[in-house]
Amino acid sequence: MYLAHLSLTDFRSYPGLELPLGPGVTVLVGSNGVGKTNVMEAIGYLSTLGSHRVSSDQPLLRFGTEQAFIRARLVRGEQQASVELEINATRANRARINRGNPVRAREILGLVRSVLFAPEDLALVKGEPAVRRRFLDELLVTLEPRHAATRADYDRVLKQRNALLKSARGGRLNEAQESTLDVWDHHLAGTGAELLRARLDLVQRLQPHIDTAYASLTDGSKIARAHYRSTAARPADVVSDDDGAVASAEAPAAVVGQDSGDDAALLADATVEELSALYVEALRAGRRQEAERGLTLVGPHREELELLLGPAPAKGFASHGETWSFALALRLAAYYVLLDDDLSGTQAPVLILDDVFAELDAQRRSRLATIVAGAEQVLVTAAVEGDIPPELHGARVRVLPGTVELDGTHGG
Amino acid sequence: MYEGAVQELIDELGRLPGIGPKSAQRLAFHILEADAGDMQKLAEAITAVKTRVKFCSICGNVSEQDTCSICRDPRRDASVICVVEESKDVMAVERTRSFRGRYHVLGGAISPIDGIGPEKLRIRELLTRLSDDTVQEIIIATDPNVEGEATATYLIRTLKPIGVKVTRLASGLPVGGDLEYADEATLGRAFAGRLAV
Repeated sequence: MYLAHLSLTDFRSYPGLELPLGPGVTVLVGSNGVGKTNVMEAIGYLSTLGSHRVSSDQPLLRFGTEQAFIRARLVRGEQQASVELEINATRANRARINRGNPVRAREILGLVRSVLFAPEDLALVKGEPAVRRRFLDELLVTLEPRHAATRADYDRVLKQRNALLKSARGGRLNEAQESTLDVWDHHLAGTGAELLRARLDLVQRLQPHIDTAYASLTDGSKIARAHYRSTAARPADVVSDDDGAVASAEAPAAVVGQDSGDDAALLADATVEELSALYVEALRAGRRQEAERGLTLVGPHREELELLLGPAPAKGFASHGETWSFALALRLAAYYVLLDDDLSGTQAPVLILDDVFAELDAQRRSRLATIVAGAEQVLVTAAVEGDIPPELHGARVRVLPGTVELDGTHGG
Repeated sequence: MYEGAVQELIDELGRLPGIGPKSAQRLAFHILEADAGDMQKLAEAITAVKTRVKFCSICGNVSEQDTCSICRDPRRDASVICVVEESKDVMAVERTRSFRGRYHVLGGAISPIDGIGPEKLRIRELLTRLSDDTVQEIIIATDPNVEGEATATYLIRTLKPIGVKVTRLASGLPVGGDLEYADEATLGRAFAGRLAV
């Protein structure tokens, strides 16, 4: 699929913007601070209902306004579709598909498929586990929009359970609290297991692509892998650090003897019911610690996608260049998984490269450019023309403060 | 800001659920301009509801007497109790006209965030109603959201050991709807709860 037109109203720095787009490569060039990233952010928001830069909606509204619109016209094979998203300061966001009646914003998930590369992606490798969990969950929702509801339910159950744990005085639960906690355990394990099953399947789909993508970005001397570590499989790991990850201690007895500590492989055949039972068990075992800390320590919100380069964890061991290559490899793997998923051949994701070429050395630049040049639609931003590798031929759009100037390649 | 009584009325109306500052202002000026007799009736209705209406000592539904009209009605089937969260849920089930049993209003759902544990719901009163063999079946009709589901699970775990038959409302496709427009969660539940025919 590709975007044929993007229109912004009161989004970030734009009172109004009309941007005709076409298939193939489009490069947006403009000096820093003129609003290139805002355009890319808007497309990313249509796709995931989240910004890669901020966690709340408020900064997305042009200063002093209460409402912003992102509108896009998409072309999928022979079909055209339009989608409109209304971002509200005080009310729930709403969406309209093909000028129909307003629906919940969540209904458009999965419609605009995109993969966004940005300088912030370094955090995929160097950042907290939460960044990698978000990477998995966003891709999950794009592939299967119903998981947005699974996530929302899980977060709600988690909040309720944490509130109950916090109400335990001095880390002690009375009998009534214990029996209520049993109930929340049951629901946390149930929704958590659904989320876990989906994440494990996704990690297995990503796995081969991560290595291929990493090899194609580098000279291929190191193997890149991603291992999922679940609190369901490693109850012993539950006592952990404070950033929400299970500690990467030695592998538990169950996986000793395998070279892989990947729970996605270990739990490949486990059903949702079996995973749920594992969570219930882990919750039971960790209950005293949880009561003491007033915090749920078991569940998908405490799990980690561990990235490995050769035998060593990428975090801390990879060089700056390797870290970049790994981050790009994860995004490319997401792109390949979406391509694999596109059985109709009309839903290939839009690739968005926001300011990434300036960060890369010449070799990685040209390799990345070669890989992405074949995508159905590629949108690239750069501060100066010189940052764009020659492999990326395509339309040029000059971005000026609050507006854009077309080179006339696409025209309406 | 308006002067004295007008602003006070706007503030009070604005405290009601679903009423924002703009609506509160519109309502306040409507009251100001409306017929004095009509507004007197409104004021009396509010006072009356606060002084006369109590909660049924059996089921917890709103009632003007010690027990509500449903609990007093001998034609209602005393062997089936439908457990709901709020009094307004009683009205919702009543409108179906397909349930002839009695009710039990919990007064909410388990929600630790709001400090509501099972001890704050009328669960003990429900157990009291099961002390003899009159009641044969409990139908759990809590809301199909996270808190309602947790409450249902708690009730099932509490009631099952007693040996009474416990059932739950089915959840799934809305009547008169289209399959293609059902959201994934609803359709998923409908699949999980499909019936053999």
